[in-house]
Amino acid sequence: MAMGGGRRPFFRRKKSCPFSGPHAPAIDYRDVRLLQRFLTERGKIVPSRISAVSAKKQRLLAQAIKRARHIGLLPYIIR
Amino acid sequence: MGYYENVFIVRQDMSPAQVEGLADNYATLIEENGGKVLKREHWGLKSLAYRIKKNRKGHYVMFDVEANSDAVNELERQMRLSEDVIRFMTVKIDEVTEAPSPMMSRRDRDDRRRSRDDRDDDFGDDGDDVRGRADREDADTIEEENS
Repeated sequence: MAMGGGRRPFFRRKKSCPFSGPHAPAIDYRDVRLLQRFLTERGKIVPSRISAVSAKKQRLLAQAIKRARHIGLLPYIIR
Repeated sequence: MGYYENVFIVRQDMSPAQVEGLADNYATLIEENGGKVLKREHWGLKSLAYRIKKNRKGHYVMFDVEANSDAVNELERQMRLSEDVIRFMTVKIDEVTEAPSPMMSRRDRDDRRRSRDDRDDDFGDDGDDVRGRADREDADTIEEENS
């Protein structure tokens, strides 16, 4: 709301949570392929303001990623 | 009684048959303690994301169990003592689903997608690229797996 105006209006595409809606995937710590999409190239968890995951799902996602890390499915850091 | 999911990783130099035997031991252990093993999955020898106790790979086994906390505690105690189990994790779950875990369908899907990794859409791109690089580093190990 605050942005825009001026000669070149700044358009922000409306993002929606990838884990909400009818065909949303279930968050599961074993689904490495899915979880990997929410890691940065360094292996950090992508903040929800970027990935547009809702706060509730972000908590579940973070838990799942941490579990996957513990049992060696995902790295803690990528060097 | 509650539902639990236990995943443990066995040392890489164990043979699949030995892993099977070890898993049998843990299954009987749960049953002796009044629990029930509802589902059991062997994910096979997978490479670990980082080294655990000097291992780069490990045999993954998963149990879905209906048991009380005493049985789970005993199972975890035994795993802690075992030299062959390099990592384990028990998670409480709401219910046991019939469908196999995402792990089981993983292998074939992974291989097919690896060839066209670069044409993935959204912001997950970075993650996939990194994965691709890691895969290339471990190229020899992966070939072993596939053969």
